[in-house]
Amino acid sequence: MKIIVCVSHVPDSAAKINISRDGKSIDKTSVTFVISPYDEFAIEESLRLKEKNGGEVTAVSVGGENHKETLRKALAMGVDKAVLLKDDSQRDSIAVARAIADYTKEASPDLIFFGKQSIDTDNAAVGSMVAEMLGLPSVSVVVKLEIKDGRVMAEREIEGGHEKVEARLPCVIAAQKGLNEPRYPSLKGIMGAKNKPIEERVPTSSPLRVQLLVMRKPPAKNAGKIVGTDVSAVPNLVKLLHEEAKVI
Amino acid sequence: MNILAFVEQRDGKLKKTGYEVVRAARAVADELKGEVMALVVGDAVRDIAGELGAFGAQRVLVVEDPRLAQYSTTAYSKIVAEIAAREEAGVVFLSATAMGKDCAPRIAVRLDAGLAADCTALKVEGGEIIATRPVYAGKALTEVKVTSSVKVFSLRPNVFTAGTGNGSSASVETAKVELSHEDFAAKVVEVTQSKGKLDVAEADIIVTGGRGLKGPENFNIIEELAGVLGGAVGASRAVVDAGWRPHDEQVGQTGKTVSPSLYIAVAVSGAIQHLAGMSSSKYIVAINKDKDAPIFQVADYGIVGDAFEIVPALTSEVKKLLGK
Ligand SMILES: Cc1cc2nc3c(=O)[nH]c(=O)nc-3n(C[C@H](O)[C@H](O)[C@H](O)COP(=O)(O)OP(=O)(O)OC[C@H]3O[C@@H](n4cnc5c(N)ncnc54)[C@H](O)[C@@H]3O)c2cc1C
Ligand SMILES: Nc1ncnc2c1ncn2[C@@H]1O[C@H](COP(=O)(O)O)[C@@H](O)[C@H]1O
Repeated sequence: MKIIVCVSHVPDSAAKINISRDGKSIDKTSVTFVISPYDEFAIEESLRLKEKNGGEVTAVSVGGENHKETLRKALAMGVDKAVLLKDDSQRDSIAVARAIADYTKEASPDLIFFGKQSIDTDNAAVGSMVAEMLGLPSVSVVVKLEIKDGRVMAEREIEGGHEKVEARLPCVIAAQKGLNEPRYPSLKGIMGAKNKPIEERVPTSSPLRVQLLVMRKPPAKNAGKIVGTDVSAVPNLVKLLHEEAKVI
Repeated sequence: MNILAFVEQRDGKLKKTGYEVVRAARAVADELKGEVMALVVGDAVRDIAGELGAFGAQRVLVVEDPRLAQYSTTAYSKIVAEIAAREEAGVVFLSATAMGKDCAPRIAVRLDAGLAADCTALKVEGGEIIATRPVYAGKALTEVKVTSSVKVFSLRPNVFTAGTGNGSSASVETAKVELSHEDFAAKVVEVTQSKGKLDVAEADIIVTGGRGLKGPENFNIIEELAGVLGGAVGASRAVVDAGWRPHDEQVGQTGKTVSPSLYIAVAVSGAIQHLAGMSSSKYIVAINKDKDAPIFQVADYGIVGDAFEIVPALTSEVKKLLGK
């Protein structure tokens, strides 16, 4: 089974976000970058499928030299190969998808894994875009997956419930938390990853279709009032919610 | 510029977010001097589609096929894209629901269009639509412009107001799109809905419990409060990871981003990843026994105290107020 897993390189979820001087990007000083958390579920699922069915897992990332850190993490977790589609320019989700689709067409995998969304831009778009570009079925927000006899049985989260989806291989899967418990890289894995080569390719350029005009911090919330320090404050709280906030 | 608004239905009922999308499309189309077409896809949906006229759609199109009773990613995307092209809609609106998030990217690819996903505000400036979209789980906001000739926008649920209809109705036109076996290469075979359960992403009031509740058995106080308020139960990640609550209730950076009118956080510390998912709520109430808990920094109202005393008292006080 040939599997590709796409990983993005994002600020740690605990990072404080500040806007840089240009007013269009984040200030990267003292921000730690990590593999996007949902992509870890995607990697874990790829590895489990490989362990069960044999085959090969390749991690792919589109971006600058710094994305190698994330690719190394994927290698340390156990993927066989890593490919950097090297591009320092700003790409919107279609442009990222185009680079991945072009690479994937050549590799013709059975499965292409994504995270549900990349926790920087929060687009939740690249996976479905790649599927459309390649003419493949896809299932997003997947919390349960079974592959049997060339068929895909997946369960995805929807509002207040789940959908069971059947599809054929090859297929695109976007992983949601709950799909599995990602492994920690072993010491051996981490040491081994240091020496594994990361293949570099230059993807064709793709025009920007979404232009970022400004980035700013959301309006700061003023700390509100402490209504009280025990149960006697409850009637007052309800009164405030009813009369001042008018939400109940 | 004409706008095609895709309106989601499930089980033969239009979703509330569908009305939100039509209303938002109407507001933008008024400024662009364009027309709004609403599109409903499914099996036997004609009868429910007409009322979209009352929310601002000049035309209502339906595509019906028994095979479309359940969602199919390829078939639905093909239909929306083909209708948009045929009707020369320059703009497509969808809601950023599970369905909309799944098919909007495909529709964008088919139309060679840029996608502005999960927008929380829209305005028109110099004839261009400018969308606000949160990034980094709401830690920053961006304003974006789609520069391709066709543009796709998905709108965050619960942020745009649908209001009530104005009583007018639009005639419903049937549209046909040729579908092949291949268009159903991925298809939904079963839907399981937790009965009567309100999803945090759709709720107007959310009561969230955190690790300070000490165990899953204590969530009954959260459920009761949510119950009397007609709201949904939310959970912090600590609680979900401990297996006390299902993942679909998790609020935060790796859970759901929510913006209800009222968010009550009970025994939740307010870690940055949690705040990212809920700080755009209109009113936030925090109940925590630690006065230094970060949740108080975003709360409009707080009570420093023991959740096990305060929450039941709050439930009975709300009951009193609502005459329940
Ligand atoms: C990559 C990543 C992603 C994450 N994503 C999310 C996410 O999406 N959502 C999320 O929530 N977290 C997320 N987290 C976890 C987050 O960092 C916190 O660990 C988590 O939010 C803590 O949950 P909590 O507030 O329930 O528990 P705690 O931090 O343990 O807080 C419990 C609180 O309960 C209070 N308390 C205790 N007893 C009582 C009582 N009797 N009455 C009143 N108050 C009481 C305590 O004072 C304390 O403030 C993420 C972390 C990482 C690393
Ligand atoms: N630059 C990138 N390189 C490789 N994969 C990416 C990149 N950006 C996004 N992805 C993948 O697409 C998923 C969804 O990202 P997004 O659509 O940006 O929210 C991520 O979880 C990754 O699996």
